[in-house]
Amino acid sequence: MNYTLFLGCNIPARVPQYQDAAKAVCHKLGIDLTPINEFMCCGYPMRNIDEFVFLVSAARNLALAEQQQKDLMVLCKCCYGSLKMAQFHLKENQDILEKVNILLAKENLIYKGNIIIKHFLTVLHEDIGLKKLKAKVKTKYKKLKIAASVGCHALRPAKITQFDTPAVPTLFDDLVKLTGAKSIDWSKKSECCGAPLLGINDELSQHIMEKKLSNAKEAGADFISVACPYSFLQFDAFQSKIAKHRGDKETLGAVLYPQLLGLVMGIDSSTLGIQSHQINIASLESYLSDETKNE
Amino acid sequence: MIFDILFYSALFICTIGTFYKVVVWIKKSVGYENHLLPSHRFSSLIKGLISTIFSLRFIHLIQSLFIDVLFQKRILKTSTLRWGMHLLIFIGFIGLVFMHAFDAVFTEKLFPYYYSTVNPFFFLRNLFGLMVLTGIGIAIYRRYYLKPARIKNAPSDLFAILIILAIIVSGILLEGLKMASVSEFTVMVEDYAGLDYEDEDTLALETYWVKEYALVSSRVKAPFGNQVLALGLEVHETNCMDCHSPNKSAFLGYAAAKLMSPFAILLDKINGVPILYYVHILACFLGLALVPFSKMFHMISTPISLLTNAVQNKDKLFNENMMTKQLMELDACTHCSTCNLNCSAGMMYESIKNDYILPSEKIQMLKKVVSKDQLNEKEFKTLFQGLYICTNCDRCTVVCPSGIDLKSLWLSVREKLLAQSPDMPFILSAFSFVRGLNPMNVKTRDYKAPINKAFKTTTSVINKTEPLTIGIRENETNFTIDLPPVNTFSHCFGCQNCSTICPVVASFEAPEEDLIMMPHQIMYSLGLGLVDMAKDSAMIWNCLSCYQCQENCPQNVTVCDILFQLKNKTFQNFQDKGQ
Repeated sequence: MNYTLFLGCNIPARVPQYQDAAKAVCHKLGIDLTPINEFMCCGYPMRNIDEFVFLVSAARNLALAEQQQKDLMVLCKCCYGSLKMAQFHLKENQDILEKVNILLAKENLIYKGNIIIKHFLTVLHEDIGLKKLKAKVKTKYKKLKIAASVGCHALRPAKITQFDTPAVPTLFDDLVKLTGAKSIDWSKKSECCGAPLLGINDELSQHIMEKKLSNAKEAGADFISVACPYSFLQFDAFQSKIAKHRGDKETLGAVLYPQLLGLVMGIDSSTLGIQSHQINIASLESYLSDETKNE
Repeated sequence: MIFDILFYSALFICTIGTFYKVVVWIKKSVGYENHLLPSHRFSSLIKGLISTIFSLRFIHLIQSLFIDVLFQKRILKTSTLRWGMHLLIFIGFIGLVFMHAFDAVFTEKLFPYYYSTVNPFFFLRNLFGLMVLTGIGIAIYRRYYLKPARIKNAPSDLFAILIILAIIVSGILLEGLKMASVSEFTVMVEDYAGLDYEDEDTLALETYWVKEYALVSSRVKAPFGNQVLALGLEVHETNCMDCHSPNKSAFLGYAAAKLMSPFAILLDKINGVPILYYVHILACFLGLALVPFSKMFHMISTPISLLTNAVQNKDKLFNENMMTKQLMELDACTHCSTCNLNCSAGMMYESIKNDYILPSEKIQMLKKVVSKDQLNEKEFKTLFQGLYICTNCDRCTVVCPSGIDLKSLWLSVREKLLAQSPDMPFILSAFSFVRGLNPMNVKTRDYKAPINKAFKTTTSVINKTEPLTIGIRENETNFTIDLPPVNTFSHCFGCQNCSTICPVVASFEAPEEDLIMMPHQIMYSLGLGLVDMAKDSAMIWNCLSCYQCQENCPQNVTVCDILFQLKNKTFQNFQDKGQ
């Protein structure tokens, strides 16, 4: 299976362990990934300021991806939401598409609209399939409770993002379950992590994050699992900063999904970057059961 | 005598200029202030240098000297063409400076039998010249012909190309004309061979030189008799050969002599050789004198930048030498545009056409800020917009061939501008995410002030502006649009689902006070045509864009999208106001 890989801005700069872990997992599953150095910002932050510029930035990436004639796999949920949003609007509004293509033409690019955009989790769940994933699992977690955080920009607006059922999302839970961990039931699993307001209204961003974290803790979670660099930075870097400031020890560690999956597939924890978090999640490995799964 | 006066004057200007630059590095600042005295900064610099030299990091320094400075690996990583170009100029120019320009200092000491007209030196001089010329050719081809999108050419780039071109071309022409000049020939014959110009031997030698050495003479013309040539060769072997390798081995000079041959006699008569000589040395001295004031200063500053970054602790974003380092790094920028080609905000530049979105142009502007200190309001706003429309992807830092720590520079300059004029609504966009992680450890007061101010400004802008119409927007480029479906707010029947489900609304005890208006009220206001009122709301800036409202609207009102559009309008008004 072949995909073009879209990393976005945050992952290479601030969450390199996400791409390392995702690449390692893909390698084990026989997924070939083509990176494109010419990719730029998906447009997500620009949408606040000017929607047209947001569309141009997104469209350039989509135009480049189209040339590869492979589906586009996105790791970041905000990038995913942005690219899907742009794709939707450019399909609905031909006049805007024309204006966008005028700018793209300067670099001999054209966006035609023939690209399939998928989030990493969808690739695992739909394209690889749970059956094949399960077959690759070597050891399983025991007594591990995971709060799977869905990520709003992938989930909503569902008509556009087509990621999962917005009212009762299950895709992420299925992926968590196959590792042997329990995907806990918690009321705030589809709610925002607060990252979009970090740097704008930090108190509110913190409040939103803490509500979500305490909900997960109350539901018994050992870790919160994410598949988005924004959510990750929020739950790792921002949470740890606040905890340090307050001298708080009751933190909830964040684990990126490919790290969670990678460990049970037998991938080395240093390859997965388990040690590179600000909130230590090394105890994750202690949940691995010793006995090898019987085929 | 004149040579010495000119040379030492140029060297003096170059030295004073370099000294001035170093003083600027220690005195001025471009980023977030730490209010350190120049004397303190100087002593920190010396301390830093000493502690580096007498530590294990010294090994990194030596390693970097070979890999980054001499081999220029960072250029190779980004483009083989540019690496080839730069290495050709670099090796060629160094070769010429040491072997040719300072031959009395270096070459003669190392090789006692050195003569500039004897091989291998005669040939090498031309080879080095050819390398520089080829490199310059590639540079011109890349900058002015290939011209990839977002490459930027400044007058300083053209000057650098022209001054090197002037030095090399005048040198080649001088060598060529010296070969062709009969007056040069006469002087040499009389002074070194001790022959009289009217001698039969001299005529034979001249004939031989016209045939083999590209000399142009009015009294010797082809066809040449074999006897005369044989005699000429004999005289040549006795008197000239020891100090003159075949002129053909100096292939560029020889080609120039052949090209100039139709006019060589005329050029010789009007003292072409001394004229070209002065053109050549004046070009060299001009280049030397202007080193600190031109792009060529990168010969000094870029190696310093590369070496500093090889030993600097990257995790420590702020230390006592930060300000000094940032100033030095501004000078290390060669304006090569590699950053621009890799900038994640490239398409934002293409749509907004604000040059300062591109890293290389930000550096150019910051250089001006350092020398000018004061920007007018428009310059300030444009620079700030450029600095803020940055996704902090750090790619510019990763690719910069000069190893400049651009990432830290942007963070730091942004804070400085925000401290100077906190009236910047851009801070209310998702571009602030990295600022929110506060990697600079900005003081709480400095961190909060611009955010608070921006919240105030955005509402005051709204109060003063003309009524706005959702769904229609044209600016001068005709490129700005609102995304349909527009005006879905008119479908709202007031169930308040949006506000009930909104996590932001739920976070406030008295949302109607803190947020001024809740989502459903914004939709009502828009429906009633009270757009100003809708935009006054703090709700739009506190929106998480989680799309819960839109997803749960029974009437398919695009609530969240509309909040985005309202934000867009405020930014639009803010920029228009500045123009």
